[in-house]
Amino acid sequence: MKAFLRYREVWLLAAIVVLIGLISTRFPGFADPANLRQVFNDTSILMILALGQMVVILTRSIDLSMASNLCLTGMVVAMLNAAHPAIPIPLLIVIALLVGLVLGAINGLLVWRLNIPSIVVTLGTLTIYRGATFVISGGAWVNADQMSADFIGLQRAAFLGIPVLSWIALLVIALFFLVMTRTALGRSIYAIGVNPTASVYAGIDVGRTKFIVFCISGMIGGLCGYLWISRYVIASVEVANGYELNIIAACVIGGISIAGGIGSVGGAVLGALFLGIISNALPVINISPFWQMAISGSAIILAVVLNARGERRQGRIILKKAEAA
Amino acid sequence: MTDTPAPRHIPDRLDKPFTAAVFSWEALLVVVAVAIFAVNSFASPYFLDAWSLSDLTFNFTEKALIALAMALLIISGEIDLSVAAIIALASTMMGMAVQAGAGTPALVAIGLVVGLGCGAFNGLLVTRLGLPSIVVTIGTMSLFRGIAFIILGDRAYKGYPASFAFFGQGYVWWVVSFELTLFLIGAVVYWFLLHRTSFGRRVFAIGNNPVAAQFSGVRVGRIKFILFCLTGLMAGIASVLITSRLGSTRPSIAQGYELEVITMVVLGGVSILGGAGSILGVVLAAFIMGLVTFGLGLLNVPGIVMSIFIGLLLIIVIALPILWRRVRRERFA
Repeated sequence: MKAFLRYREVWLLAAIVVLIGLISTRFPGFADPANLRQVFNDTSILMILALGQMVVILTRSIDLSMASNLCLTGMVVAMLNAAHPAIPIPLLIVIALLVGLVLGAINGLLVWRLNIPSIVVTLGTLTIYRGATFVISGGAWVNADQMSADFIGLQRAAFLGIPVLSWIALLVIALFFLVMTRTALGRSIYAIGVNPTASVYAGIDVGRTKFIVFCISGMIGGLCGYLWISRYVIASVEVANGYELNIIAACVIGGISIAGGIGSVGGAVLGALFLGIISNALPVINISPFWQMAISGSAIILAVVLNARGERRQGRIILKKAEAA
Repeated sequence: MTDTPAPRHIPDRLDKPFTAAVFSWEALLVVVAVAIFAVNSFASPYFLDAWSLSDLTFNFTEKALIALAMALLIISGEIDLSVAAIIALASTMMGMAVQAGAGTPALVAIGLVVGLGCGAFNGLLVTRLGLPSIVVTIGTMSLFRGIAFIILGDRAYKGYPASFAFFGQGYVWWVVSFELTLFLIGAVVYWFLLHRTSFGRRVFAIGNNPVAAQFSGVRVGRIKFILFCLTGLMAGIASVLITSRLGSTRPSIAQGYELEVITMVVLGGVSILGGAGSILGVVLAAFIMGLVTFGLGLLNVPGIVMSIFIGLLLIIVIALPILWRRVRRERFA
């Protein structure tokens, strides 16, 4: 199993290297370290979001509300910043994490306490959170000139030659790596995905763990709310509309099985990078950005086809031949 | 004296508890619908008018047509997130045909064939390669709409023939629109298919236990493939209606419809885990969503705020029976 996981990520990494190589033949500067750093920075938010989504998908659940959570939390911190520029940015980030946590906890409670399938819960909260953004903002935008210089500048400040946004992404990746591979919580998350019934007998509180993963994805959504707004310097109801599917796409390309239990931090990061490289490369190699959607769609389908071969087949092998006939 | 036991009566279906549960669900939906209807007519003097009510149906008929097929697909344990993208691709193809001088019959045929083809593509990926439908259709969703974007970019197709406008704008009789008529016919057809044919029973069987169904001789793969084709076809029909109603095609057409269609199906009492649901519930849910959006529209509530109500309605209607059962169990325990 471990060998399989490594195998898959190595392949994905190889695909990314080939992709960069291909792009370089059309645009030699692309493989430049400075440019690759830029691509990493551009993809940071998607990577962080994909990690939040990953822990949810690993437990056989899904969080469709992440982009709406991002939009709502982003609007909250942007409005706070516009109204009270004196609030220090670290405090605003804490507020963003808390707001995201509350939104995630609502999802988690409904899944845990009422046993409603997560796809239904988050389909509902997807529209509710985005609607709430409209209600608190009255449909108005928060523009760049209303935001304080620190609010916009923090993630752009360079530390050791790398922007803070990239550092945040690296920190989150390291944190997730530790939690997933070195803690009981990480093990429980995998266990629930592989076999929920056995997990109960092993003494894992399945409901509570699901609640926790939704809290995690909520906090990630909240954090990215601040990061997104301060990066694109506009807060509106339309922020990240439909982005939840990009996040899931990054996970799928990264080899995270939608059936739960299979996937890794490295996979999610590489999956996000793959999408990030494509969206960064299209303009420089003179392909209309309108191609991006179809390309990432094809990448998703290809990724599932390839991943499905590595996953265990369950039962009914006997009838495979009969079914095909 | 040989005592042959009387042949035990084995019912065709385990009616009692199942029907009771479904009935109470649909009863709940009727109550919700009547309540919203009453509140609406109380809140706005413009609501209770034949033409208002007729306009109301345009809100949901296109999505509801897809929801009929989607209900069967979800009952069988699969899902199709690409329906809105199919609408966009079919509409784009119709737009291209118009530029080439195609007439109305050809346009309709193209819309339906593209829809059917996209559905078959999804079905092949899911049934032949054994891939999870939620991921496949997230992929094809980007692919289909992506192709529309490649073809159209930021342009739009216009210039549909006048006779083409009938499908989305025409009336069959008095205030009864063509779209509504088509939806009602579709509802009857799908009701018959799901609740009165062996095909429908097989769909339920697959949703409840695909392995058992396979061992019972149900061609699981083939039936799922047919359901994907049907869902694609309904998306093609919806594409004809929307294109005809709007009179133009942009690649962003029908954006986000997939989630509304699924909301409709789940609100209608179809289990997202498969194996349970009814067409009547879906039809009621379609009317409820239409009533909510239209009623709030008359009260000048912006669309995005309406979506809060739809979202809340979805969660509350699902949560209520669960809470209700829990309270009852605790009382009797």
